[in-house]
Amino acid sequence: MTSLLPTLANSRWQAYTLAELMVATAAREIKDGEIVFVGMRLPLIAFVVAKRTHAPRAVGLFENGVIRGTPAPELIYTMADPPNILGAIQCLDMLGVMSLLQSGRVHLGFLGAAEVDRFGNLNSTEVRGVQGMVRLPGAGGACDIASLAHRFVTLLEHSKQRLPERVSFLTSPGYGEGHLWRERQGLPRGGPSAVITTKAVLRFDEGGEAFLASLHPGVSMEDVLASTGWKLRVSKNLQRTVEPSLAELEAIREYDKDGFWTK
Amino acid sequence: MAKVVSLRDAVAELVPDGASVAMGLQMEQMIPFAAGHEIIRQKKRGLTLIGPISDILFDQAIGAGCVEKVIAAWVGNVMMGSAYNFRRAVEQNQIEIFNMTNFSVALALQAGAMGVPFLPTRTALGSDTTRGHPFFHPMVSPFEPKESLWAVRALNPDVTIVHVQRADRDGNAHCWGNFGVMIEGVRAAQRVIVIAEEIVDSGVIRSDPNRTVIPGFLVNAVVESPYGAHPSPVQGYYKRDDAFFRQYHEQTKTREDNRAWLNRWVYGISGREDYVNQLGACRLGDLTVKQHAYAAQADFGY
Repeated sequence: MTSLLPTLANSRWQAYTLAELMVATAAREIKDGEIVFVGMRLPLIAFVVAKRTHAPRAVGLFENGVIRGTPAPELIYTMADPPNILGAIQCLDMLGVMSLLQSGRVHLGFLGAAEVDRFGNLNSTEVRGVQGMVRLPGAGGACDIASLAHRFVTLLEHSKQRLPERVSFLTSPGYGEGHLWRERQGLPRGGPSAVITTKAVLRFDEGGEAFLASLHPGVSMEDVLASTGWKLRVSKNLQRTVEPSLAELEAIREYDKDGFWTK
Repeated sequence: MAKVVSLRDAVAELVPDGASVAMGLQMEQMIPFAAGHEIIRQKKRGLTLIGPISDILFDQAIGAGCVEKVIAAWVGNVMMGSAYNFRRAVEQNQIEIFNMTNFSVALALQAGAMGVPFLPTRTALGSDTTRGHPFFHPMVSPFEPKESLWAVRALNPDVTIVHVQRADRDGNAHCWGNFGVMIEGVRAAQRVIVIAEEIVDSGVIRSDPNRTVIPGFLVNAVVESPYGAHPSPVQGYYKRDDAFFRQYHEQTKTREDNRAWLNRWVYGISGREDYVNQLGACRLGDLTVKQHAYAAQADFGY
């Protein structure tokens, strides 16, 4: 099954990195004209790629109060770096952008997490390590975005530890325990639409359970199933994750010149 | 006291041991590091730190033993990830942490600013962050009785410390860039310290009232401190010193390393001028504005 498909090693572009593949995949989740809660790290670059390729009319919101119609003119490490202020549409307050989120104006948000579970719930508060509890930085705005955006996409490393059946601490709500859980909690809308890992893309069925939707080039289904903390269901229509196009790679590399985020 | 004071006096008088202190409210911009370092140098104890996120400042105060409680959504080093003093302190139960979300911090301060006991929200329903939490209480809408909400309890910090581009001698302050939760954090506070890159004539402030984020009557102390937000950026003055955040990450991994870091950058120097000298003209030169980008003028005439 895998033999006919290109792999990371023998693809046309040879040297695209896994991070570049994830960024291009994340960029394609943004539809033109959408209002997007961007976040930092890889999703920040996904917003740049989307703006320069298929979604020129997308608008980016940042929880510090910044609203941008164009990507920052140079690479940034935090959302409050001066280039992210220069040329913004609006720079005001957190309450303002969070109000837009709560009132249903935001289509999509991007998140990272230490753990994602079978129903797309995220943990970014604390994990149990070999030597006891490991404290992580915390929710930040992730819980707000997961609660209130129309949909959200999570990016993380694919391993059994990072993808447990049930998160040990539910920081940011996915589909909770499944069907109608969000409604029962009183959440007004939303839920995860995809999880982009270092091996694959997971999507969610009507019951809120994750399934394997596409395998990254060169990755086997067995590998993904063995690296997931529950019995992951597989789509009948399993795909290969589309490799980054030349235009996408150019956008990534022009922006992240030294590969700080995408090496 | 006169409003324009030294940072040393402002911190000595307005930040007593055991105070709740809100700072870093503009997220990763204009973090009042000079004030944070003065708090550390004066060995304040038993503080409660309040903020949405903290890009290494809370970590420094925790590592120096000043902190008893943290009310925040995220504490770390934004470009590098975790911050080690915070991790150690929480994992070893040395501080109490109230896990918030960014929005709920904003709502708590806004409730405090408005003089109401709580504000309702739909965020964090179903999240473990709210479990057994003194700042979240379940409620239903009195108007639509089927709607579940969280009531987020008001927060009124004893003192809010902000860094801005410019203020006049009365504390009327201009700021531009992102505000985060600074405006509600100032309105909610019992006392306010404004640290400015420059103290300017009040005519400068009144020429552009839409840029005034703080009216002076809320302010107890005004401090002029050029580079007082370094290594965080101040729009129009200096950019972010990314290398400094990276080095902090490398240099504070253990308790001993952290002590050495504090000795070098906080205890071993007398104040911000000394700190700026230690940074050196070369490093500061790299950080200053290379290409000015002035806004179009606004005509307030009639």
